[in-house]
Amino acid sequence: MSRSPIRDTRARRTTGRPENYNNAAWLGVLPVLLVVAFSAVIPLMTVVNYSVQDILDFDSRFFVGFDWFRETLRDARFIDALQRQLLFSGAVLALEIPLGIAVARGMPRNSAATSGLLILLAIPLLVPWNVVGTIWQIFARPDIGLLGVTVNSLGISYNYAADSTDAWITLLAMDVWHWTSLVALLAFAGLSAIPRANYDAATLDGASSWQIFRFVELPKLWGVLVIAILLRLMDSLMIYTEPFVLTGGGPGSSTTFLSQHLTTMAVGQFDLGPAAAFSLLYFLLNLLLCYLFYTSVVQRPDE
Amino acid sequence: MGALPSLHWMAWTQPTALFFVGIGCCLIALTIAELRSPSLSRRGFLPLDTTRGDRFFISLLVAGFAHIAWVGLTDLPVWWMSVGVLGSTLLIMRNG
Repeated sequence: MSRSPIRDTRARRTTGRPENYNNAAWLGVLPVLLVVAFSAVIPLMTVVNYSVQDILDFDSRFFVGFDWFRETLRDARFIDALQRQLLFSGAVLALEIPLGIAVARGMPRNSAATSGLLILLAIPLLVPWNVVGTIWQIFARPDIGLLGVTVNSLGISYNYAADSTDAWITLLAMDVWHWTSLVALLAFAGLSAIPRANYDAATLDGASSWQIFRFVELPKLWGVLVIAILLRLMDSLMIYTEPFVLTGGGPGSSTTFLSQHLTTMAVGQFDLGPAAAFSLLYFLLNLLLCYLFYTSVVQRPDE
Repeated sequence: MGALPSLHWMAWTQPTALFFVGIGCCLIALTIAELRSPSLSRRGFLPLDTTRGDRFFISLLVAGFAHIAWVGLTDLPVWWMSVGVLGSTLLIMRNG
């Protein structure tokens, strides 16, 4: 009468699908769906409604179809901000992921210093964004900042408020300072889960340090690295406060990323329609990048 | 106060209302389909294993970006692309 687990497994193997497969349990997530609807879906719908109208005030609005999308997509400022955004996010990942792994590999495991180091690493993560921006704004100032004055006294001309390359370097250094710890902590957690015996076996086989990393550590790290890359990708795509405090998008518009440009439109000029169209394009881009990334790493062919 | 909360602040228009009702109906239909005959993930022409719901999500993404490209690159009527997207959605749902 009652079916044993073993027979269930056999049924799955032979037919390719369990006989009593049922999706009804998914209905259990309905309450969560309601909360998400209230906090995200309904506001998003409102943005969609705004994006197809010219809104003059609360009672006079006109349907304009896709005009705002057409205008935004052909706006040179939007395209430039998008390119800067992608460049910035790419640079952030290219710098922080390898650096974070390197830091995690260099940390001692199971020693007295480990917990102290972990706390030290976590400190930058606790600093709020606007404080990080302020710290770096002063630290890098060419007239009174420690970093700015030191670099200039070495004979290298450096001024993040006047030179766009300097502004980019400062922004990237700030982001690395703020967030590499996150990657390092995640990677350290992943490394700690690797049994000592795996290392011993690799050493006995005469594996080099690179081979140990590539064939012993990296496969086990993959899961946490996916999370680290996703978190850094999403966060860097949304970055607003730090560049706003440090450079204000300048010099010129050389560090104006998407969020900064959007804020100018939505809050500065109160152009609700164009800003809504912009937000939806921004949202779809983030959704696509995160989905592509997530599926491509979750569905690796060798799993 | 009234029985229904006012939706004035959401600034509804008829086209957007129809759009969201359409999406909502699709989701309800998919839910019923999944309860009646649960879909297992399979491999079609897309380079990943997908369930029915995955293919619906991918169809929506494709539809969104197809419209963005259409509006950004051409001045032709948008509904031409909407018709095209119906075809791509059918194709992805059946063979994706």
